Amino acid sequence: MSSKLTNAQIAWRAAQDIEDGAYVNLGIGFPEMVAKFQPPGRQAIFHTENGVLNFGEAPAAGEEDWDLINAGKKAITLRPGASFFHHADSFAMVRGGHLDVAILGTYEVAQNGDLANWSTGPKGVPAVGGAMDLVHGAKRVAVITDHVTKDGKPKLVERCNLPLTGVGCVTRIYTSLAVIDVENARFVLREKLPSMSVDELQAVTGAKLVLPDTIADLVAPEL
Amino acid sequence: MDKTVPNLATAVAGIEDGMTVMIGGFGGSGAPIELIHALVDRFKATGSPRNLTLVNNNAGNGRVGLAAMIDAGMVAKMICSFPRSADPRAFTEKYLAGEIGLEIVPQGTLAERIRAGGAGIPAFYTPASYGTDVAKGKPVAEFDGKHYVQERWLKADAALIKAELADELGNLTYRKAARNFSPLMAAAAQVTIVQATSIVQPGEIDPEHVVTPGIFVDRVVAVPDAKQEEALMREGVAYA
Repeated sequence: MSSKLTNAQIAWRAAQDIEDGAYVNLGIGFPEMVAKFQPPGRQAIFHTENGVLNFGEAPAAGEEDWDLINAGKKAITLRPGASFFHHADSFAMVRGGHLDVAILGTYEVAQNGDLANWSTGPKGVPAVGGAMDLVHGAKRVAVITDHVTKDGKPKLVERCNLPLTGVGCVTRIYTSLAVIDVENARFVLREKLPSMSVDELQAVTGAKLVLPDTIADLVAPEL
Repeated sequence: MDKTVPNLATAVAGIEDGMTVMIGGFGGSGAPIELIHALVDRFKATGSPRNLTLVNNNAGNGRVGLAAMIDAGMVAKMICSFPRSADPRAFTEKYLAGEIGLEIVPQGTLAERIRAGGAGIPAFYTPASYGTDVAKGKPVAEFDGKHYVQERWLKADAALIKAELADELGNLTYRKAARNFSPLMAAAAQVTIVQATSIVQPGEIDPEHVVTPGIFVDRVVAVPDAKQEEALMREGVAYA
């Protein structure tokens, strides 16, 4: 089996598709890393559910203002031109189609675009946060993920087994092995690691990959 | 008209057993710690209020604020989107023991239900949760070829709000991201109770800068040295 992209490299690849000036929501955790890899000359405007547009990096340790946090409850800073707003306006931005991109993590994503990223089953305390809202309204809903689970099972599947976050919502998937679009309820392979054959990739993917005439190499810098 | 009250105990008077109380804040940002602790104090002295239903984005962190209410045994049910935090033990222990109820609401739906409650809109349709377990039992309708889930308004007997500036008429501003749910909750409660870092005379807040107009506010109490929940949690403070 070929080597795979690191999480930072997956985040870097996703960042390459974000246009200058795009309004972007990054999910809690791994997706937050995408902000680090904006291409030179481009600046996205980041939205967080709890009512801030145009926030920047984390402050230095000891400089935190705990009234100024993101949806992950982490301390943030503001960029010039930032704004505050209440939660109903914040989710109007989400559901109302005003965000250009939402990038989320996932447990499973199905070939029809169904996403399961909020619950691993009935055990423990359920918690959904803004996930079910975020998958609706953004012009592109992308997922970044390892291609397989820790036990090597496909995370890209024909149908999700875990509880759904949203139906038919994902448009693009960036994985540790490939970039895949969801089109007409099929996985369309756009990029793959050059060291990996299509058969090898298909073997770790839980649904049939559609192969267009051109499949680009997925190449990321050392990060 | 002067909506200011002299102290925290007076501010939270009238919140009684079985009521639904909205509490502003997102995590520690905007949490009205002193109002909450005034309710905890009354419960410890009198055994009331208890059996409360609380509405908040979260379900408490550490051993202060909302978590201290749960620890004290005042809370029968949480309506929230994300009952997890850095230290969620107060809620988690009671939930897993079957001692506290939970209604999970997607965050944007929670915000819009509260907004609708304050705006006199009994129900609305949202794309959020369509096709998921959260939508089970709720009416679904199709608009322009897409499916939406019907959600109902959410109202409360009281709301506890933390503001930065208040004037005597109840006009409010908030500090940074501490605004979050508070303007919505202020409108959705029968009695809206505000702790403000500073109380000023009418006219001292520029009308252009008022975030919550005073019509939505009933009582204002000054808490000039208000604590921040996240800071307390990081210091390991327990309100007992």
